[in-house]
Amino acid sequence: MKTKRMQGMFCKEYGWRGLTIFFGLFVIVLTIIIGAFLVYKGSDTFLTFGHTIWEFLGSAQWDPADSAEGGGQTGALIFIAGSLTTCGLALAIATPFALGSAVFMTEISPEFGEKFYRPIVEIFAGIPSVVYGWVGLTVLIPAIKTIFHRQVGHSVLAAGLVLAVMIFPTITTVSADAIASVSQECRNAAYGLGSTRWQTIWRVVIPASSSGIITGIILGLARAFGEALAVAMVIGQTTAIPTSIFSTTKTLTTEIAAQMGNAMEGGELKSALWTMALLLFLISLLFITLIHHVSGNQDKEEK
Amino acid sequence: MSERIKRAKRIDRIMTGVFYGVAIFFLVLLAAFAGKVIIGGFLGAKPEMFGFERQGTIGNQLFNTLYLVFVALLCSVPIGVFAGIYLAVYAKQGILTKFLRICIETLSSLPSIVVGLFGYLVFLVFLGMGKSLLAGALSVSILTLPLLTTTTEDAIRGLPKGYFQGSLALGATKWQSVFHVILPACIPRIMTGVILAAGRGFGEAAALLYTTGSGSTLRWGNWDITSPTSPLNLMRPAETLSTQIWNLQINGQDRALANLASAVLMLLVLVFNLAANAWSRNIESKNSGDQS
Amino acid sequence: MSEEKAKAKFSIHGLNLRYQNFHALKNVNMDIYEHKITALIGPSGCGKSTFLKTLNRMNDFVKGVTIEGKIQMDEKDIYRQMDPIELRNKVGMVFQQPNPFPKSIYDNVAYGPRICGIHKKAQLDEIVEKSLKQAAIWDELKDRLHRSALSLSGGQQQRLCIARTLAVEPEVILMDEPTSALDPISTTKIEELAIQLKEKYTIIIVTHNMQQASRISDYTAFFLLGEVVEYAATTDLFARPQDARTEKYITGRFG
Repeated sequence: MKTKRMQGMFCKEYGWRGLTIFFGLFVIVLTIIIGAFLVYKGSDTFLTFGHTIWEFLGSAQWDPADSAEGGGQTGALIFIAGSLTTCGLALAIATPFALGSAVFMTEISPEFGEKFYRPIVEIFAGIPSVVYGWVGLTVLIPAIKTIFHRQVGHSVLAAGLVLAVMIFPTITTVSADAIASVSQECRNAAYGLGSTRWQTIWRVVIPASSSGIITGIILGLARAFGEALAVAMVIGQTTAIPTSIFSTTKTLTTEIAAQMGNAMEGGELKSALWTMALLLFLISLLFITLIHHVSGNQDKEEK
Repeated sequence: MSERIKRAKRIDRIMTGVFYGVAIFFLVLLAAFAGKVIIGGFLGAKPEMFGFERQGTIGNQLFNTLYLVFVALLCSVPIGVFAGIYLAVYAKQGILTKFLRICIETLSSLPSIVVGLFGYLVFLVFLGMGKSLLAGALSVSILTLPLLTTTTEDAIRGLPKGYFQGSLALGATKWQSVFHVILPACIPRIMTGVILAAGRGFGEAAALLYTTGSGSTLRWGNWDITSPTSPLNLMRPAETLSTQIWNLQINGQDRALANLASAVLMLLVLVFNLAANAWSRNIESKNSGDQS
Repeated sequence: MSEEKAKAKFSIHGLNLRYQNFHALKNVNMDIYEHKITALIGPSGCGKSTFLKTLNRMNDFVKGVTIEGKIQMDEKDIYRQMDPIELRNKVGMVFQQPNPFPKSIYDNVAYGPRICGIHKKAQLDEIVEKSLKQAAIWDELKDRLHRSALSLSGGQQQRLCIARTLAVEPEVILMDEPTSALDPISTTKIEELAIQLKEKYTIIIVTHNMQQASRISDYTAFFLLGEVVEYAATTDLFARPQDARTEKYITGRFG
């Protein structure tokens, strides 16, 4: 009787353990399948339609045929340049503000920072991107028109600003965590040597938390790179390399969002779009590697 | 010497001012943003927009949003929780575990449009589902999966070591310990993760663009789940609030409607985030109460 | 002892310190002499570390601290006539746990001069070398000045922290149980260093190791429950304690 109960117990144990392992494996398989599908669909541009990787990355001639015969041109440089400029601009705007906020909530006013500032910033991390895009479209674009006397408000600047507001919470919270984890001893040492608060922040606390801050910036950049619809609403969707911050252009994500629905299955346009999706996937892998590299360096230093 | 100190102190004061300035600037900006979206959205709305018609209302979209996220979580919560338990309890240090972590990280950093494309390819092209609520829900479940897995793992790892060992010492198997001791203790934390995942799901649009389509014709009272107009049918196209905003800005004449949809969507996300926040604070204060 | 020859660096009159409702220092009156080592001893929680921190105003960072009385350094009231930044330039501090910055050894020592506005490489090199030599650690570290300070052993880290303090050219060095986290060999090195340094600096050291106090200090103050029970030349205090509580403590019968 007892052994039977024990047997049941062990069966259950193995069963449940099997189930958790199964779902763990499921996550692995899912990721591999996503990667494999992207490679499979994205490689058509090169294998079936005979374009080179250099043409795809380095040419601004974008005119893929929407048919299985191919013969068009698939230079995605415009979209790559568009993504880089909008994200770069967003980062340049958001980073100083985010760092300032992170310092404010950890060093300048920790009580108010922890109780109010952080929760508010976190809530804004959760606001849907279409809402950001919609507000950008209805508020920001008219504002740009009137302030800069432009015919069109849609621009790299508008996209950069919308993205900056979107990634601001990410950079702020991750940096604030990094700054808060700098040991109190470090701060005491700096104050004990006669530093002002600003000297302590600038020369000790920020350098000591630099790897966490860089991680936050990369996470923000990753979010900006992957954002599609909010950018699509305000960037003006013109197939041209941006020449100034008032230019309209397209990014990798906005082109996918705009064209995927009309493209013919198995056509050259569709494979080129898949290749762009594959590129996005590879970029996000690159960001992960960078983050590991940054935090890995930090660990090594501490040893 | 003292000139130097004066200068250092002056810079210190200026920078303190700058930090206050930045913080206040963003508080004002964010408050203005929320005020504009929510108050502006509701003030500009006409009462009939709250109805459940085929066009010009948000009722059906609101229902679709909630229903889609519910279905998505139904799929991703068990997977995420079990995978999290695996990582926290069963996984041994090794290549497989390391790889699983890399996979979770990869999933969490995937742009949602890429996940949408994957969903489109698998559910529509290969499985031939057609644009449907289910296809969208499954895509969203992929997006929420990493968050759920990591919250579960963190929740379990955050428990005092004694919980698990105490139970094992009584002769319980690992699973019994998990089921009777670990899970009950960390359900509140996992729930916080679920609420956050729901918040993410509500706002998702890019992943739904090519998976759910934009149908909003529902016949309320038609509970035959195979009928294309039944609210409960999983295989019908379904426009959510976020895709409605997107569609309205493309062909968009009805600004007030998009404003209202934004307001409702934001309110939904706000309520869920505040709930998650309050909940986790509650847990923290309870836990610290236990310790003292 | 030749007390009349030594000049008082600090003179403290009627010092009372409270953390909210807790009376941490009760009516402390003492003179601390220049170019001497003064040891503060007493059981944990007796206020000796708190007292040390009032001398360079590190207590300013603690919420709810109120201070009454007067602390003068070279006849200047440090709470009313001096700026905390200026004060901490003159009164350096070495902490209980070695706390080097997560920077290179060089940058750790150069930190103080840099915040004082010295940026010339040659000048910094000179200060770094001089400070490390004074801290008797130059020979060990001269070949790896650009390695991370966190790669050093605990004892080396603590001497580096002393060098970092010296680089600011203070007049007084406060040491808050500087050897409690170190092994015996490192402890000996720090003690020898302290004795060398008193030629140029005034040193105040908190310790709960009475052998250490008697080995290195010229004066010793015994703190108990926030009061200075006894303050005298170290040889006198250990040989002929005037107060029964001091005698009990130094003979190890309570604490």
